[in-house]
Amino acid sequence: MKTLLSILKDLHPEIDFETHEQLIDKGVLDSFDIVTIAAEIDNEYGVSIPADAIVPENFNSAKALYALIERLEEEE
Amino acid sequence: MLFTSFDFIIFITLLFVMYYTVPKKYQWKLLLAFSYIFYFIAGPKFLFYILLTTGSTYVSGIKIGKLYEDQSLYLKANKELSREEKKAFKAKVKKRAWKWILGCLLLNFGILFFIKYINFTIANINWFIDRLNDRETLSFIDIALPLGISFYTFQTMGYIIDVYRGKYPPEKNFGKLALFVSFFPQLIQGPISRFDDLAKTLFRENSFNYNEFSFGLQRILWGYFKKLVIADRILVAVQTLIGDTAMYDGAYVFVLMVFYTVQLYCDFTGGIDITIGIAQILGIKVQENFIRPAFSKNIAEFWRRWHISLGTWFKEYLFYPLSIWKPMLNFSRFARSKFGDSIGKKLPVFLSAFVVWFITGAWHGASWNFIVWGLLNYIFLMGSEELKPFYSWFHSKFDVQGTLGFKLFQIARTNLLVSSIRLLDCYRDVPGTFKMVGSFFTKNNFNIFVDGSLLEIGLTSADYWVITGGLLLVLVVALIGRKGSVRELMAAKPVIVRRTAFYLLIMSILIFGAYGVGYESSQFIYNQF
Repeated sequence: MKTLLSILKDLHPEIDFETHEQLIDKGVLDSFDIVTIAAEIDNEYGVSIPADAIVPENFNSAKALYALIERLEEEE
Repeated sequence: MLFTSFDFIIFITLLFVMYYTVPKKYQWKLLLAFSYIFYFIAGPKFLFYILLTTGSTYVSGIKIGKLYEDQSLYLKANKELSREEKKAFKAKVKKRAWKWILGCLLLNFGILFFIKYINFTIANINWFIDRLNDRETLSFIDIALPLGISFYTFQTMGYIIDVYRGKYPPEKNFGKLALFVSFFPQLIQGPISRFDDLAKTLFRENSFNYNEFSFGLQRILWGYFKKLVIADRILVAVQTLIGDTAMYDGAYVFVLMVFYTVQLYCDFTGGIDITIGIAQILGIKVQENFIRPAFSKNIAEFWRRWHISLGTWFKEYLFYPLSIWKPMLNFSRFARSKFGDSIGKKLPVFLSAFVVWFITGAWHGASWNFIVWGLLNYIFLMGSEELKPFYSWFHSKFDVQGTLGFKLFQIARTNLLVSSIRLLDCYRDVPGTFKMVGSFFTKNNFNIFVDGSLLEIGLTSADYWVITGGLLLVLVVALIGRKGSVRELMAAKPVIVRRTAFYLLIMSILIFGAYGVGYESSQFIYNQF
């Protein structure tokens, strides 16, 4: 989780990612951010996020994103 | 059949009466019949293409669906399999599904490419052959563009990708899929609907609902108002200014930029209003394609508000998959090791966005002016990404963010950028457009704004009054629309106010609509894309 938070903080230092739950709905993360995050996750965790997993439910909070990483790690 | 023709009004009226008269279970079949009649009137030979797209997508969808069904049954029946064995089985199934979807995508995008881009490709090859001297050039192919092919191909390919991704099962009824592909109100200029979204109301049994009918009718009239009173009226001046570039340069280029923006906005949003309104009177919900784009404060926001269905399509089916494609990520890793983290990190975004905007440009038309237009959008978008640190610095020094003045500045800047690159769409010639834009800075003919020259480009002072009045109304409606539905707001007003507004709208279309003896309403601009 620490690594993920640091990836997110790098993009938007002004956001408290530990508590924010509407990163997509409130427009904090745009499509460029999403792609950068997916690439970083691939780099740091060795997990590929498939295109069909790019939906608001998976990117609205750091918690949801971390749950996605764990799910994908389990599948791989 | 033009949306603005008398024939179309009869067509819609007939459909409407029959739709609510036939037993409800036949409603979607009636829609399918009317959609195919609409398509047949546009050109009987085009039916082949739309049927081929529908047929190939139907078969691929069914095959992929069957593979997934069998997979699910097999895994249920063999619960004792290890994780690795299950994974290997799933990978095998996915590989087989991939073959079906790949074939479907290649066939359909191949048809679109061949019909729409073959002569453009030949022209470019010939350009190279010319430079090699005395070689025989290739002949052009005489081929007509089927109605709405860019729209229905994208919509149908979106469906098959979703089926492949397992988002929903394939449609098993061929007729229903055929209706989704050919639903006539959105065939001409979109929106590019998603199957799971449109299917909810397209195939259901709809009862007549007075409120939906009333709202739909108002939406149709509002669309006709924008198209006939504003867009088709200002079109005359747009054509005049484009028609004689030697005469209409300098300040006229600015006039053209403003007029074309007005025309395109009213033409495209008006057409979509008519589409959504027709669907609504039939009880069908078609997604919105615009959210007051003229109020956008930057280009990225503009593209989230303008032609939304196309932007979403490219984002979900091309930008995301391409950006996180394994070879792209490997390339990014390689670039990180060579050029450092900051460049390596951005590469997938920059490369994918380039591809997306190149194709977005080409989607609008098979010529370089559209491609350059797409790439200029790309440059603006990437430029503003790169300028983010500067913006942060600026706002830390000057406390203007959120002030009305700064917001208006941002809106004006965005509209100026978006409108200026649309001039490529007007002149249809890249060097010619840049020359004309250059003339704005070099030729001093700004007196045209005061010496009556603007009354000699096909518009009388009465036309200007009508256009100005119409645009003010569009602006007021857009401003009110920010707080909620204008039609719902009107519905809460006393009957006398509603009726008066309704009849005034009809009368203004009849009186101020751009038609008369010998007048022929123009086709929608987006129809040509």
